[in-house]
Amino acid sequence: MDFWTDLLQAILQTALSPITAAFVIAAIGLNIHFGFTGLMNIGQAGFMLVGGYGFVISVMYGVPLFLALLISVLASAAFALLLGIPTVKLRGDYLAIVTIGAAEILRMTARLANLTPFTGGPSGIQSPRFREQLNALSPLPEGRTSFLGLEYVNTGVDDWWTRILAWGLVAIFLVFTWLLIRSPWGRVLKGIREDEEAVRSLGKSPFSYKLQALIIGGVMGGFGGILMSLPAAINPDGMGRATTFNLWMIMLLGGAATILGPLLGSILFFVLRLVITSVASEYIPGHVLSAQQAEILAWILIGLMLMLLVIFRPQGILGNKKELAFNV
Amino acid sequence: MNHVQMRRPAKRQVTLLALFALLASLFALTFQSLPAHAADCVPDAQTGCIQGLIKTSDGEPAPDIELALTGSGANGTASTDANGRWVFSVTRAGEYTVTIDQSTLPAGQYVKSADSRTVQVALFESVSALFPLTDDPTAVSEPELAEETQETAPADEEDSETVTAPQTSAESNFWPRFWQQGASGIRIGLLLALGAVGLSLVFGTTGLSNFAHAEMLSMGGILAFLFMQLSGNIWLTGLIVIILMAAAGWFQDAVLWRPLRRRQLSLMQMMIVSIGLSIVLQNIFQFFFGASILRIDPSSPKTVTLLGVTLTVQSYIAMGISLVAIIAVALAMKYTRFGRATRAVADNRALAEASGIDVDRVIRLVWTVGVAFAGLSGMLLGLVLNGIAWNTGWHYLLLLFAAVILGGIGTTLGAIVGSMIIGIVVEMANIWLPGDLKHAAALFILIVVLLVRPQGLFGRKERIG
Repeated sequence: MDFWTDLLQAILQTALSPITAAFVIAAIGLNIHFGFTGLMNIGQAGFMLVGGYGFVISVMYGVPLFLALLISVLASAAFALLLGIPTVKLRGDYLAIVTIGAAEILRMTARLANLTPFTGGPSGIQSPRFREQLNALSPLPEGRTSFLGLEYVNTGVDDWWTRILAWGLVAIFLVFTWLLIRSPWGRVLKGIREDEEAVRSLGKSPFSYKLQALIIGGVMGGFGGILMSLPAAINPDGMGRATTFNLWMIMLLGGAATILGPLLGSILFFVLRLVITSVASEYIPGHVLSAQQAEILAWILIGLMLMLLVIFRPQGILGNKKELAFNV
Repeated sequence: MNHVQMRRPAKRQVTLLALFALLASLFALTFQSLPAHAADCVPDAQTGCIQGLIKTSDGEPAPDIELALTGSGANGTASTDANGRWVFSVTRAGEYTVTIDQSTLPAGQYVKSADSRTVQVALFESVSALFPLTDDPTAVSEPELAEETQETAPADEEDSETVTAPQTSAESNFWPRFWQQGASGIRIGLLLALGAVGLSLVFGTTGLSNFAHAEMLSMGGILAFLFMQLSGNIWLTGLIVIILMAAAGWFQDAVLWRPLRRRQLSLMQMMIVSIGLSIVLQNIFQFFFGASILRIDPSSPKTVTLLGVTLTVQSYIAMGISLVAIIAVALAMKYTRFGRATRAVADNRALAEASGIDVDRVIRLVWTVGVAFAGLSGMLLGLVLNGIAWNTGWHYLLLLFAAVILGGIGTTLGAIVGSMIIGIVVEMANIWLPGDLKHAAALFILIVVLLVRPQGLFGRKERIG
């Protein structure tokens, strides 16, 4: 019985975790790319890495907080332009190949031993120092708070302040996306997804709209990267292709081209993964399945789920099959 | 009935145990090949060195400190000699982690920052890892502080010299190295071409960008590892691998891709399915074989020097085999009925169907042949690189895509020429760029090609629309 109450506790903890929020935001960005515009971006983790490192390195060099945020946003936007300009005019899979390649190269660069003084090399940057300015902004009083059986420091490293910021950002980005998509600009995006030629015949340039969408979604990915680094550290391997595939799972699970899909998908995805690994390690004896193998098993299941989801229910839980951009 | 059921798991356990023993003996082999003494590591075509010098905080050499090496399939320990020098020699390029055993440090000495360093080693190279020591235990708890003081610490002066030393020696033997890298570029290019043919043909006939193609390379290598253990004959193993991989290609199309085409899944959906398949396969490999490097041929490789280029015997044979196979494919595409039919389907599927070509049969054959070639490529890669791991294929996926797009996606000749160019560029870039970053050169080419000539060298414009 103890196992199940612990599991419930862990589920709540996972659902509220800033990492989950980071994935929600990055998935919203991916949804703008794929769900609303039809761009096949398989390197969203690369945007997270650019945004996250842009922020953390700036702060470590003593740049003020808001300037560091600006640098991070500009870095993500520049990365989007670099990838977008050669590829968005071409067929969808070219963008896919270039984005996945660029994201991997970025990760390898970030973990280069030669760049250790700058990026921290393979172990990344682990320092409470990049949070100092952020913690100074916290309106919360000193001490610890317990809420729904979860207890964290108010302001510190793994704290309530980060959680409030993270979920606040999620709310802001959800409202922003909702407003964006029902605006005339959003209608053009959907038009591009449905029929690029029709949009072009109305005098809009699909190329520039696609680039704008790539930048906006990429900047959201960058914010996801910042949030992911906030709880403790930034680490190149935490933003590899596994992260990108997780984001695709999240988006497709919740429903592409929906506003709330990424939110639902992210919470569901992390809770599911937690339940699979903890049930597997609780009920299957250790000599049959080691903890590491349980993790690998979870990955095999994730891959299978991705395949089945795309084949049998590409619209996910909340989506509408007519709104899918798969006909590229 | 019961009896049989009882016996089955036991049998499985025996095979598992055998596999385990095998892996353990492999580890033991790599263990032995690591000399513990500083003087005897000279970087050459088959060797890379990881070395360093440890001094105490007051500048004296620190002897008898234990260090452990892990990563890229190697495992070993070494200790510093009377001059505080330690060295590991490795036989495979890759990423290694050196960990210092804190309990063997001299009394009152502490490792200033982290107690392990991860370094990228290429063959023909010597890399240093620094472990500055301090007598101040408080510096340990604040790694970022230690990071800053590293520059000014006197203990580092000697070490920074060892970092620059290989560079000066590299300067003097630049041309031999250039020549050597060019040759290994041709080698990688030929092997890439074998893998790229399948990727390109599948794309040409079905329009699918198959991300799981790289796992076919890994699978070929892993099957070669398994059958080499069973038969001990490399030629027989090669034959079995090709047959099994051809069957895997046939099966894959029959079970997965043809039904999906029947369901009228769009190409983008199929691409995501292939990504899912790639995740599943990679993790299945990792589940059964772990993260270690599997050495197909455990005997230590012999090298031959031809025209100033030192490569293993396996490399020369692998290059010969791939050259023959590639020429065979190119001729078959040009002159046989199947080749003509394949090109017709790639050109215009509806028209090919209307003129009486059985498109589904052609596609099935393309899958069979393409995957068989990928498997052969994976096995040869495993022999040339002296090991295969669950993610070996993944490392080459980007290169394969770059090669195929550079040559013109969907064309056979393009895939071959593109692979040669990418292989040579990537290996040449290794002279200037460290470790895995050489793959960035491939990406750079990819972006430039997409900007300037998106249809590739041999492609036609309508394919990229």
